[in-house]
Amino acid sequence: MNTFKIGGVHPEPNKLTADRKIETLALPTQAVFPLSQHIGAPAVPCVQKGDTVRVGTRIAEPGGFMSASIHSSVSGQVAKIDSVIDASGLRKPAIFIDVEGDEWEPSIDRSDKLVLQCNRSRDEIIECIKNAGIVGMGGACFPTHVKLCPPKECTIDTLIINAVECEPYLTADHRLMLEHPDEIIIGIKIILKVLGIDRAVIGVESNKPDAISLLQSKTSMVSGIEVMPLKMKYPQGGEKQLIEAVTGRQVPPPPALPANVGCVVQNVGTVFAIYEAVMKNKPLFERIVTVTGKGLKNPCNLKVRMGTPVSQLIEYAGGMPEGTGKLISGGPMMGRPLLDETAPVVKGTSGVLMIPEADAIRREERNCIRCAKCVQACPMGLEPYLLATASERSDWECAEENWIMSCIECGCCQSTCPSRRPLLDWVRLAKNRVGGIIRARNAKK
Amino acid sequence: MSFILTAILVLGLTGLVLGLVLYVVSRKFKVEVDPRVGQIAELLPGANCGGCGFPGCAAFAEACVKSESMDGLKCSACKSEVMQQIAAITGHAVEVGVEKVAVVRCAGSCANRPSLRVYDGAPSCAAAALMNGGATGCFFGCLGCGDCVKACKFEAIKMDPETGLPVVDQDKCTACGACVKACPRMIIELRNKNKLDRRVYVSCVNKDKGPVAKKACEVGCIGCGKCVKACPFEAITLENNLAYIDFEKCRLCRKCVDECPQHTILAVNFPPKKEAAPAEPEVQEPQVEAPVQAPETSVEQKTAE
Amino acid sequence: MAQKLYITTSPHIHCGDTIERNMRTVIWALAPAFIASVIYFGLGAVIVTATSVASCLFFEWFITRVFLKRPSTLADGSAVITGILLAFNLPSNIPLYMIVMGALVAIGIGKMVFGGLGNNPFNPALVGRVFLLISFPAKMTSWPVPHQMVAYTDAVTGATPLNLIGQIAGGNSAAMDQLPSLKDLFLGNIGGCIGEVSALALLIGLLILLWRKVITWHIPVTILATVAVLTGIMWMINPVLYVNPLYHLCAGGLMLGAIFMATDYVTSPMTATGMVWYGIGIGFLTVVIRYFGSYPEGMSFAILIMNAVTPLINNWCKPKRFGEAVK
Repeated sequence: MNTFKIGGVHPEPNKLTADRKIETLALPTQAVFPLSQHIGAPAVPCVQKGDTVRVGTRIAEPGGFMSASIHSSVSGQVAKIDSVIDASGLRKPAIFIDVEGDEWEPSIDRSDKLVLQCNRSRDEIIECIKNAGIVGMGGACFPTHVKLCPPKECTIDTLIINAVECEPYLTADHRLMLEHPDEIIIGIKIILKVLGIDRAVIGVESNKPDAISLLQSKTSMVSGIEVMPLKMKYPQGGEKQLIEAVTGRQVPPPPALPANVGCVVQNVGTVFAIYEAVMKNKPLFERIVTVTGKGLKNPCNLKVRMGTPVSQLIEYAGGMPEGTGKLISGGPMMGRPLLDETAPVVKGTSGVLMIPEADAIRREERNCIRCAKCVQACPMGLEPYLLATASERSDWECAEENWIMSCIECGCCQSTCPSRRPLLDWVRLAKNRVGGIIRARNAKK
Repeated sequence: MSFILTAILVLGLTGLVLGLVLYVVSRKFKVEVDPRVGQIAELLPGANCGGCGFPGCAAFAEACVKSESMDGLKCSACKSEVMQQIAAITGHAVEVGVEKVAVVRCAGSCANRPSLRVYDGAPSCAAAALMNGGATGCFFGCLGCGDCVKACKFEAIKMDPETGLPVVDQDKCTACGACVKACPRMIIELRNKNKLDRRVYVSCVNKDKGPVAKKACEVGCIGCGKCVKACPFEAITLENNLAYIDFEKCRLCRKCVDECPQHTILAVNFPPKKEAAPAEPEVQEPQVEAPVQAPETSVEQKTAE
Repeated sequence: MAQKLYITTSPHIHCGDTIERNMRTVIWALAPAFIASVIYFGLGAVIVTATSVASCLFFEWFITRVFLKRPSTLADGSAVITGILLAFNLPSNIPLYMIVMGALVAIGIGKMVFGGLGNNPFNPALVGRVFLLISFPAKMTSWPVPHQMVAYTDAVTGATPLNLIGQIAGGNSAAMDQLPSLKDLFLGNIGGCIGEVSALALLIGLLILLWRKVITWHIPVTILATVAVLTGIMWMINPVLYVNPLYHLCAGGLMLGAIFMATDYVTSPMTATGMVWYGIGIGFLTVVIRYFGSYPEGMSFAILIMNAVTPLINNWCKPKRFGEAVK
């Protein structure tokens, strides 16, 4: 079985919700839509206080090429345009909508019927994806229409579907594959049409044998789509790692893109969203969220309208367990800590994870004993111990010389460190500073 | 006996020859250094803090000697007398600058700004600021990890374990500005030292709207603007829900201090007011009547006190 | 909310590894060698090991509490390992005061002056050992013959295989007959330092370390391979003067050094390529010292020399970066 070559770790999978069917969560009383749910420029609101909106109404337009529009997931009245603290920990402008009823935009096809035939042209599809506000659903939230228009000088030959879900605990993609395999395959065909190629590989880790066999049986009749089981290893779901695992090609260091080695990677959740947007005219306002954690009464996979406060999800799952030490949006390796339960579900919320206090506290930091476990674990071939020390000393030059910008912030180093050093905290700081230095340098040129 | 003599002779000769070689070499390869550079370097603190913009004190001393005038050359860590001494050595005139001191503009101690969460990451304000620290409801105030303490080369900033805030030692502070650069939240500012180290400043940098700021911190600026109206010298500006006192314009009348409902504006190193209750209306009245005269009276009052 | 939430950036989970766990595993991996030493040297081995461990622990505690005024670091287990390794590098008839001096040098000069665990450039146990070797060469190079169960300082000493190998290389072919059989050499039925005699027990320790992923194969394997290849070449050139490489692998401190001393986390290189070069360096220096130096055993010096080179190796041997080849 294939996997990536350098580094990697094996965290406990803890997939508590792997066999829980996707349930639909009730509507919230007020939905909150932060204006920057994606990488790039924040969206610009196109509604005003007091406006009436329906489910699927666009409430914010892209603020540039690298941006995405936002749609209301509920019907009701715009209460205010204020600010909310989202998963980044920052207070960001957001649109608040008071929910009244559940009235959908008439253009949306709400039936369960599978639509097989797509008559739209390539440009129409891209426009449709852009209008639907689709972003990468794996967590990075990169606007999908940008990713589907690779630079002209790159020839794309393979579409890779990221169905790895290597983050412990999360099962949203797994359940999606089991419950909507046909939609995913049609979605893949749409993307293939957009890219003008005929080869797609679905990368799935071997801990999801049911999804692998189901997709294999569905794709056996379809030419060009292959399901590739991959050996379990974190961070296989990292774009670069997945490309290497599937094709054996290594993406050069930044600023190179996956397109430089002829690949486009899309998350399986994104593929589903593309299907819904193109075939059902349904913009991105719903997503599947895994609500999980040890000690949680009823861990589950939920279909949630965006903007629903996280507290409602936790309540549905049986309430926050006693002694929860950390509330995380996303998985335990790369997720972001939530400051409190009022944060809304956004496009990138793949999971809500509660960690008991005993596991949440970091132990006291000790001297680096130079065991080299971080070097062995790093999937990018970096030396985290050195980068962290350089960062502690504010030695940005040393950090840059040692390839700090290649770091994908997967957290392998810190999760293996026996001295419990906050390696990634320091590396992230240095990355931030070195990034600033590089931008300043480029601006001067 | 003879071998002792031999040993002395051999060692002595070797020493003599080597000494000669050293002498010749030192003469031949002598690098001419302006003696003034050494003199200036001796006057400088030698902490290499970089506050002057040169890579260390030696470089600054050299720049002083080479430069045509002392414009733009200022050791931020030196007192003005020292700068004058340096100017005397170089033979250029130096402007007597106003002495400054670092001021921490956050009063969000543990008591004033209750912690809602626990920050457990790397012990660095810069790292905490990247993810917003998040320990309190205030997104602007001190993070308390002590980056400023680490940055200070003069041991002039210490963390107060009780309040969790940095405290500047005014006597040690040289206003080199290292802490100002180190603070990711830009809380620390260099302000005029003034007479008797007296200062009036807004001890908050929170730009949130009033209710949010008030909820986060008991002594946070809520942007009510009362101080702006109270100030007879137009020294206070209100921007983004935050008041700021321009220290060039401020005449230390302390009217704003009494006005501030949040007690955010601090007046330090003033003697305690003798008549706390009756003094307030007295101070307020002349302000309404004749704002132009107010400075003189208030200054007189202070010196009298 | 009753419970205050913790706020940190990712990752939010940890594999559970600690310094203590690694150190405990090393101590377990040293157990077979200790059992072997008790079987062959009896009481002496127990006394020396116990004294060495106790004095290392005492000095670590004393220095951290009295001089550094820091919380004691005894619990991390590194002092225990230093103590065991120091003892394993001493003959079983060495007087107590020498052990205590060695422990003081190992912990004090070898480790604590640099700032404690993690900052020491040289392997502390080897610093202590080499200090004793240079200070008391006679005591340190006369090893008791095995099977004197109750003897301590009064144990009868005899030539070790390495002495004999040196004599053979010097032209004394008669010494060839005195060489113990390979089986005795492998099991440890020979004279030598406490922990180094039984190659079998040390190899079991290596398996434990590899199984628990405390170390990687790079350093021990490259050291042993380099020694085998170099001595093999010399043996093929002249089998009369130079003995079979298997003798070299099993004799002296090579196994102990390659498995437990050279792999010390703090003083060995960080990358796989670095570890390989480090291993080759140690193997090469060991053979050179064994055959051409004045000491019969070169392992300690070889490791210390390569310890000194480790920072350079770390600078030269960078890991293979992802995407580097494509550049």
